[in-house]
Amino acid sequence: MPRISWRRLAGGGERRWAMLGLVIIVGLWEIGHRAYGDFVLPSPWATLLALGRLGAGGELGPAVLTTARDALSGFIVATLAGSLLGGLAGRSRPAKAMLQPLATILIGVPAIAWVVLSLLWFGGSGLAATFSVAVAVGPLVFVAAAQGTRTVDGGLRTMARAFRVPLGARIVDVYLPHVLSHLLPALGTALAMSWKVAVMAELLTGAGGIGDGLAAARAEVDTAKTMAWVVAVVALLLIVDRLIIEPVRRYFETWRRGLPGEAA
Amino acid sequence: MSGDGALIASGVMHGFAGIKVLDGVDLGIPRGGILAILGPSGSGKTTLLHILGGLLTPDAGRIERPFERPAFVFQDPLLLPWRTARGNVAFGLAGQRLSRAERLSRVRSMLIKVGLGHDDAGLYPHQLSGGMKKRVALARALAVEPDFLLLDEAFSALDVGLSREMQQLVRLDAQERGVTVALVTHDLSEAVRLADRAVVLAGRPGRIVARLSIDRPARLRDDAFVDAEIRRITALDMIRDAFRPMLSG
Ligand SMILES: Nc1ncnc2c1ncn2[C@@H]1O[C@H](COP(=O)(O)OP(=O)(O)OP(=O)(O)O)[C@@H](O)[C@H]1O
Ligand SMILES: [Mg+2]
Repeated sequence: MPRISWRRLAGGGERRWAMLGLVIIVGLWEIGHRAYGDFVLPSPWATLLALGRLGAGGELGPAVLTTARDALSGFIVATLAGSLLGGLAGRSRPAKAMLQPLATILIGVPAIAWVVLSLLWFGGSGLAATFSVAVAVGPLVFVAAAQGTRTVDGGLRTMARAFRVPLGARIVDVYLPHVLSHLLPALGTALAMSWKVAVMAELLTGAGGIGDGLAAARAEVDTAKTMAWVVAVVALLLIVDRLIIEPVRRYFETWRRGLPGEAA
Repeated sequence: MSGDGALIASGVMHGFAGIKVLDGVDLGIPRGGILAILGPSGSGKTTLLHILGGLLTPDAGRIERPFERPAFVFQDPLLLPWRTARGNVAFGLAGQRLSRAERLSRVRSMLIKVGLGHDDAGLYPHQLSGGMKKRVALARALAVEPDFLLLDEAFSALDVGLSREMQQLVRLDAQERGVTVALVTHDLSEAVRLADRAVVLAGRPGRIVARLSIDRPARLRDDAFVDAEIRRITALDMIRDAFRPMLSG
């Protein structure tokens, strides 16, 4: 079981290339370290040691859990609300006319502005991070869901109507697969953004999490520790993407295998 | 014509974006009858079929459609790309109360009847040939056990032998269960083999320019009869006029 998970993390058959990419990044990092010194860019090894210290000191675990909670709760709210409203906007012109400008405005507001506002509204509670993530990421999901729902094949809809297929089966068999092909890539992007916004919010609220740790590391002017936190958040993002988003994508897109332009 | 359970259309008129496509179409199909709709490309055959099936509301005119279970074979097969052949046939049954086992066995036996075996049944539409897709669409329609069957060039992507076989399948199924059938075709021999009456649409907007009836029982129509009948029909002036724009380019 753990072996399978590691394989997934490394990306199956393309593992070697992924490893090569990683080696190049670490190599560049090491070169940067040698050029600029410990203070600007601690070596990969020093970062790893700092990460180990964070883990041993009992800071890493709770911080990771808090950040995961903040990012995922916001992401889930964004996904539910975004797909629901997006689906509505894709099917109904008035709904689209009403919601589309709203989404455009929300996308235009910088994520950091949401963080500041939610701090004012929710204070230092964890809710601030959840809220920031949800409003920053929701509109992305909304746009993808609306686009997906709007472009469902009219012929297939007519066909389903002709066979008097009930609404439930129509949603599951006609709408969902098409909408998901638009939605899943957007969800990948949205998830990545969720971590960033969550960390940003934590940095300002000081209510725990990786962001809080970053703020502390900055106060101590400890660059190795800062880098260690960065490594932690990136690793977290990759793990969640590989273990959750990727398998879901695979499951829903098996039928695409062998389509022109798709890998076999 | 106005017997019990007959399909009756009167004064049907329809246009798209202000351009009239059908004008004053009257027709009827008695219960269990088979009507062929013939005509040159663009004369409104598909539009008329969609109106008869209730997928399109005409701008004017009345349709009496006393059926419970209509089923279509569309001009494009319209299969769900993310479902296998088997899944697509099953999709047509989604509205019916059947046990899982019953549904599966109906799907399987219908796919076999259209010549698709166990291996083909697991393929996705993009892995099927054009004719196989058409046959999946036919199986989906027949599996419903319709009382009203609407076929839009259902046999056109098939080779001669296969198309004869599929026509036979439809004819026997329709006879056995007393299905009312409306079929669109540009193949006169298909109409002569299957239908007991035919209308020819022509012109823009499309009007019915000829009505034919083929009286000999379908099972007694041999090749000689079909040939003779085609010769008789193509000799009619109005038929020749209807198809002239196509013939002279
Ligand atoms: N959805 C639509 N919107 C606009 N115009 C349409 C639409 N459907 C059909 N038409 C027009 O109506 C006319 C008749 O089309 P229809 O598909 O009924 O022809 P057809 O007799 O089935 O032709 P073919 O034999 O080529 O299938 C055509 O001129 C076509 O451009
Ligand atoms: Mg047509």
